Amino acid sequence: MINIITHYGHQLLIGLGWTVLSSVLALFFSLIIGSLFAIMEVLPNKYARVLGRAYVEIFRNIPLLVITMFFYLVIPLYFVKINGFTAGTIGLTLYTSAFIAETVRSGIQSVDPGQMEGARSVGMTYWQSMRQIILPQAFKIVIPPLGNQFINLVKNSSVLAFVAGFDLMYQANSIASATFDTINSYFAVGIMYLIVTLPLSYYMRYLEKKVA
Amino acid sequence: MSMIEFHDVQKYYGHFHALTDINLEIDKGETVVLIGPSGSGKSTLVRTVNGLERIQSGQLIVNNHDLSSPKTNFDILRRDVGMVFQHFNLYANKSVLENIMLAPRIVLKMSEDANREQALKLLDMVGLKDKANNMPSQISGGQKQRVAIARSLAMKPRLLLFDEPTSALDPEMIDDVLQVIKRVTSASDMTSLIVTHEMGFAKEVANRVIFMDAGQIVEDDQKEAFFKQPKTERAQQFLSKIITH
Repeated sequence: MINIITHYGHQLLIGLGWTVLSSVLALFFSLIIGSLFAIMEVLPNKYARVLGRAYVEIFRNIPLLVITMFFYLVIPLYFVKINGFTAGTIGLTLYTSAFIAETVRSGIQSVDPGQMEGARSVGMTYWQSMRQIILPQAFKIVIPPLGNQFINLVKNSSVLAFVAGFDLMYQANSIASATFDTINSYFAVGIMYLIVTLPLSYYMRYLEKKVA
Repeated sequence: MSMIEFHDVQKYYGHFHALTDINLEIDKGETVVLIGPSGSGKSTLVRTVNGLERIQSGQLIVNNHDLSSPKTNFDILRRDVGMVFQHFNLYANKSVLENIMLAPRIVLKMSEDANREQALKLLDMVGLKDKANNMPSQISGGQKQRVAIARSLAMKPRLLLFDEPTSALDPEMIDDVLQVIKRVTSASDMTSLIVTHEMGFAKEVANRVIFMDAGQIVEDDQKEAFFKQPKTERAQQFLSKIITH
């Protein structure tokens, strides 16, 4: 394995770079998109709820690889040309955002309904109450399950390997086929994933303790 | 001048008829106590007054807002109608002081200095100035309820609604809260509607007593007359059960 790391260290670092970049982008956008759909799912407006529900059910029930392939193969055919990295990151974002929406929704709904009534009873609007009272409490509740989603997201970014996204998994395949040393190639890459996911895991735990 | 007017109001939860033919007028400055067995619709009635529950038919006018009209802005109505809940509903993510200052800041755009001064004065009034920087989870139930009263007073309401304000409290906490409510409701320009099971307190603060049963107003009388001898048999029965222990 030392052999792989010394000879292909550069290639592994490039893969790590693409994996981290894709993960960070997908994390950022899926958190925003997921939260928006979570809020839509709890709105008093029925149409908003149906739309939110539909989004979640579609993207959480189709395999990530299928969503990614759709963006990699179908979109360029009819709309714009996009590369593998972009297609994979978009797929990853949409897929993860559906899970984040479900997580955040359950967080919002586990806040005592009396909190909303208390806020509304002094004349705050629905949105003021949401922003000041409900969402801060909901996010505190969902930090542990969100941590799970973030870690899954980093690991799921290996979908990029299927669409030439140059990520860690892609590099592992390429090193393995160049050296025929499959065991050590995938071992090395497994360790590279741990380098990203373990600190993330510990950071989420720290955050959980800090806000509790 | 009336503060609250119910005209033939009906309220349903699905098929359940929660409020039936409610006709009621409450004048400015009155302190009205609402009593009755559980499930009789007292809480529902109080919650319709600030629109936490919507009515299905009839007319309901509160502080010159017609709540039966679809155009009514409930947020504006609620600026002048405070509510104190059975379970306090203090914001769990804000300190005691912030609980009181939040609505005046973001709803009334009150200046930070005047807001803080007012909040501290209100906390002093309910005897909790030293708890200003505590979180709600760090104070007792009776203290929470007094903070909740201060929070609703910070909006300078014209009408205060109390939905069983002492039902969730330990017996020895109840008196402190009742004293605060008594002081607040005795202000001559304050109208209040209080749901309570505390008959001694009802006798003390009320001008008028309304007795409800099965979603209807069964009796509506001046306090003295009601507690001396209720007119209806149902109310007599209720009082005899409550007062004997």
